[in-house]
Formats: sequence, C-alpha cells, structure tokens
Amino acid sequence: MSETRVIPAKRELTTKPRLSDKVFRGVVTSGGLSSLVILGLIFVFLLSEGFQTIKSQGLYFLTGSQWNAVVTDAGTIDTKQSHFGIAAMLVGTLICASIAVIIGVPISVLSAIFLTFYAPASIKKLMITIIDLMAAFPSILFGLWGFFVLGPSAEYWAKLIHKYLGFIPIFQMPADFYTRSPFVAGIVLAIMIIPIVTSISREIFSQTPLDRIQAAYALGATRWAMLKTVAFPYARGGIVGGTMLGLGRAMGETVAVYTVLNIVYQINWHVLLGAGGNVASLILLKFGEAGPAEVKALMAAGLALFILTLIVNSAADAIVNRTSKGGR
Amino acid sequence: MSTTTVKPQKPWVASPKDRVESVLVFIVAIAISAVTVAVTPMKGKLAYVALFFISYLVLDYFFNRIKRGKAAGIDSVFRAIVGMAIAIAITPIVSILAAVWQRGHKGLHLSLFTTDMHSAAPSDPIINGGLLHAIIGTGLLVAFALVISVPLGILTALYLTEIRGRFTRPIKFLVQAMSGIPSIVAGLFILAAIVYPFTKAYNGIVGSLALSILMIPTVARTSEEVLRLIPSELREAGVALGGTQWRTVAMVVVPAARSGLVTAMILGIARIAGETAPILLLTGGGDSVNTNMFHGSMGSLPFYIFSGLTTGTDESITRAWAGILVLLVFVIVLFVLARFLGNRKVGK
Repeated sequence: MSETRVIPAKRELTTKPRLSDKVFRGVVTSGGLSSLVILGLIFVFLLSEGFQTIKSQGLYFLTGSQWNAVVTDAGTIDTKQSHFGIAAMLVGTLICASIAVIIGVPISVLSAIFLTFYAPASIKKLMITIIDLMAAFPSILFGLWGFFVLGPSAEYWAKLIHKYLGFIPIFQMPADFYTRSPFVAGIVLAIMIIPIVTSISREIFSQTPLDRIQAAYALGATRWAMLKTVAFPYARGGIVGGTMLGLGRAMGETVAVYTVLNIVYQINWHVLLGAGGNVASLILLKFGEAGPAEVKALMAAGLALFILTLIVNSAADAIVNRTSKGGR
Repeated sequence: MSTTTVKPQKPWVASPKDRVESVLVFIVAIAISAVTVAVTPMKGKLAYVALFFISYLVLDYFFNRIKRGKAAGIDSVFRAIVGMAIAIAITPIVSILAAVWQRGHKGLHLSLFTTDMHSAAPSDPIINGGLLHAIIGTGLLVAFALVISVPLGILTALYLTEIRGRFTRPIKFLVQAMSGIPSIVAGLFILAAIVYPFTKAYNGIVGSLALSILMIPTVARTSEEVLRLIPSELREAGVALGGTQWRTVAMVVVPAARSGLVTAMILGIARIAGETAPILLLTGGGDSVNTNMFHGSMGSLPFYIFSGLTTGTDESITRAWAGILVLLVFVIVLFVLARFLGNRKVGK
C-alpha cells in the first residue's frame, strides 16, 4: 500500500529587501547625505562668487589690510585701484578668539571639575541646567549685554590692566580710548563659549574610569592628588578638543562682536584699544553699503571664514572623538 | 563582664566643629577684604571680590595645612578655586537675566502684542507701536525653517542609527562640521545661491532657508542621541514579527522615540529663534505685518532688536530691550519644555 505524500514546495527564503525597504533606504540615505550636499554647495557657491576677487587680489587678499572698493562709471569694480585684503580682520578674529579662549577655557574646565567631582547632586543638576540654558541665549543678547552692562566695567578693568601691566607690548595704548575694545569683545566671546566648553569637558571628566579614581583614593590620595594623577591625564585630549570647538565658535561669531566692538579697518595688536573687528563683523558692516561688485569680495571673505572654521572644527571633532572612544 | 558596643564611625564626614570652623574662615576672609577696601585706596566691587578670593585662598590653605597637613592644604586650595570658577561662570547669566528684566520691563505695554511699528517713529513714546510684525515674522520664519529642516535632520539621524551604511562616519563628521558654520556664512550662501540668481529681492522664505542650514545639525544630533537610546530589542522584536525594516522603523522605533524627537525640534527652534546675522542679510526687515513669505520684506524679533539698537534713541533702545525680553522668555519656555520632555522615559 503506497501512500502519496504531498511535500509542500520549499518556501523561498530571501534576504533580498522588498520594494518598500528599497524606497525607505533610498529616501533615508539621500536625506542623510543632505549635510554633504549643503556643505558642498556652500563651498561651490562662495567660491564661484568670490573667485574673481581672490584671483585679482592674489596673495594680497590674505596679507593686505585695506578694504576700499573703487567703482568705475560702468558700475563694475576697478580691479586695479580697489583693494580687498582681509589681514586686518583675520588678525582681529584671532585676537578676539584667543582672548575668549584664554579667559573662557580655564573657567569652563574648572567649572566642569566642580560639577563632576565636587558638586552635591542637588546643586549639580540645577547648575548644569543653568549653564545649558546659557548656550541657548541668542547672540544678539550677549551683544546688547556686553555693550550696555559689561562695557563700562570692562573699560575700568582695561584701565587697571594698562596701568599695572602696560609694559607688556599688547597692553600698550597709542591713544587714550578704552571703549569697545577687542578686550571687551573677547570677554563677551569667552562668556559665550563657556557653556559648550564646560559641557564637553564635563562629558570627558565623567568618563574617567571609576576604578582608577577609587584606586587613587585607596592609596590615600586627596581629591586634588586624584585629579592631578588620574582625571587630568585622562581628560587632556578632550579638553584640547573642547577648547578648539570653543575657538571655532568664537571665530565665527557675528552679531555680538559687531555690537560690542568698535569696528575699524586696521591691524590692531593693542587689545585694550577701542578698534578692531573680525571677518564676520566686517561682512555685516560692509554689506549694508556694498554694491553688487563689492559683495563678491565679501563672498570671498565669507569663504575664508568658512574654510577657517571648518578646519578648526574638524580638528576639534577628531581630537574629541579619539579621546572619548579610546581612553588610554 | 562588660560589653562595649562599637558605634560606627565616619571619620570622613565633617563634624559640626569642622563646619563652624570653615564658615569662620569664610567670614574672616570677607572681613579682611572689607577692611582692606576701607583702609587702602583700592575701591569698587572688583577690589572687594579679588581681595576676598585671595584672602580666602590664603586663609583656607594655612588653616587646613596647620590642621591636617600639607596635602590637605593644597587640596582645599583647589577646592576653593573650582568653587570660584563656577561662581564666575554663573555670574554673567545672572547679570544677563537681571539686565534684561530691569531694562526690558519698561518697554512692556499691552498693545505691544497687537500693533506694529509702521506708524511709530523711533523717538515716539514707548506706548506707540508694538512688535506684532516681529512676532509674526519670527513665527513664520521659524515655522518654514522647521518644515525644511526637521525631515532632513531626522532622516540624517535615521541614517546614522538605522541604516548605518558606508557613509555613517563621513556623515557624522559632516553634521558636526555643519554645526560649526558661522551663521553669517549661511546667510552669504543663500545670498549667492538663491537671492542673486533668482529672487533678486528680500523676502521671508530665503531667511527660512538660511535658518534651516543652522537648524539641521541641531535636530540631527539630538535625534540621533534619542534614537540610540531605543533598545535594540524593540527593533529585533519588530523584525522577528515579520516586519520589514521600513515598517519596524515607522511603527516601532520612531513612535518609541516620539517625545525625544519633539525635544530635538524644540531645541532646533531655540537655536534659530534669536539668530540675527542671516536675518539681517536676507529678510530686509520691515515695520508692518507681512504674512506673505514669498513677497516683501519680513520683520522679525532679532531684526527689531538690532534696528532698535542701531537707531540709538532712548526709546528705540528701550524697545530693543523689550524685544529681547520677549525673545528670551520664548527661548526659556522652549528650553524648559525640552528639558521636561527629555527627562521623560524613552518609550512612553
């Protein structure tokens, strides 16, 4: 007696994505590539608009410190007589950002240490919230505050610095004019970068391996000794990265600097003298009065700023990522 | 036979005596600085604070050194220094909030939210005019920027967490780089790419485009963090029930991360609501209400504040402070809302 067995055909198992998945992956991937597209477009458009200026000015664009547009009768820029050099503004950018880093980073790192290793839990949460809130303040608010509230006090501090440290070249004063100096702008920028540097340092410090901290305490270390031998060596790279991120922010800041600083187009190394500027505030200042031809030169300045901040930010990002992943 | 009960000792906890002593050190330092300010020609808040810092450091060091030895002395000095650092970090925030309230509340009046500035001159009394046009403008600019950047930001985050293709590392890097773009560069880019070739005039929509460039990285990074917190068991469960990746993401992962994604949006809005530089380049300002994003110059809160500041009359500066008060309240409300949503458990 034979029985016929019906063996069902094997169900086809496939790892091939269905149509819906293909569409989904395609949409998400193209959305994900938007940042690449946008950054690429920014570069291309600023370059195409600014190329003419960079070409006609040559190296003077980076080393020169004059900015005057001579327009011919036809309405185009007279390339022979016009000068577009951003050196004065590059120097101003570096000075303001350096002051910001010199003042802001120590405060931020020490605050991060306080929040990570010293603060009681209740205070800690409140203070982190307050400092994070500061990161959300609009930059024009810092400008207004720096101009009206900080300005007068900072002027007094500047006079003190000049009086007692005036023998150092950068604190000398060619003229008795302390209002709206790079020093004040630097302090405002320092306050603006405190939240970001604090939160990055805090993140790095909080990743310090607990076993090493406890080992240090078990060997009889005080809290300071533990910080010196365990936490600082662990967090050094991350702090450097956070500092550079702060530097990048400080270099690109526009409105706060424009409001606080007395923008004068010259190379000014005297940080207490009320004259200076940065690339971003130059663009804002000149844009109002610029004809279509001069705007192209401003585009070139914008391109320089874009590349500068991109380099600083990428370096910062690389350093932070390497530190936070590997540890030691 | 007598028994002794051993009481648990906590030698590391500060005894009442220690507390009193450290408070005394504090008070003595204040006294020293007060006396020095009174006696010597040094004067002002700065001298007071600086002298207090120095005298406290010195007193605290010697007090702890004599009491517990050299290592403890150095330790206490460092503790005092970090305490001072956090005090210095908090001071500007308090000062900013106080200044905004003190100077801004004078400019508040009832018709502020119902009238615009088209019939008010800069030196008119505060009671004339209002910032209705600025509020409507900022609302529209932010809404359009939201429509553009939220899909792109969330798609970027989904790529980084769900697809994890070969572009993951470069995209992560680029999003980070994008978050560092100076806002003025975003403005210049829109100017070069859209305003000069096509529209040739100021309007609202180009402002929104520039703002979305600044908003995308914020939304993308916050969403990515939230999506990473979704347990992978949820994804596995979705796939195990026979769901395709599309259905798993759409029906399981995204709903689970809903409140976090809303937080990302809110933080994005807070990031751009007060952004000034691209607004100044692109939207053209304007004093009257304009609800057409595609035609005519568009007022906004940052522009209102900036023009109030640059006009320079007493009334216009008071108006600027009132504007910043409104803007700041809006940003703080958003921030608190984001905190509230962010603190809720993922998956609820």
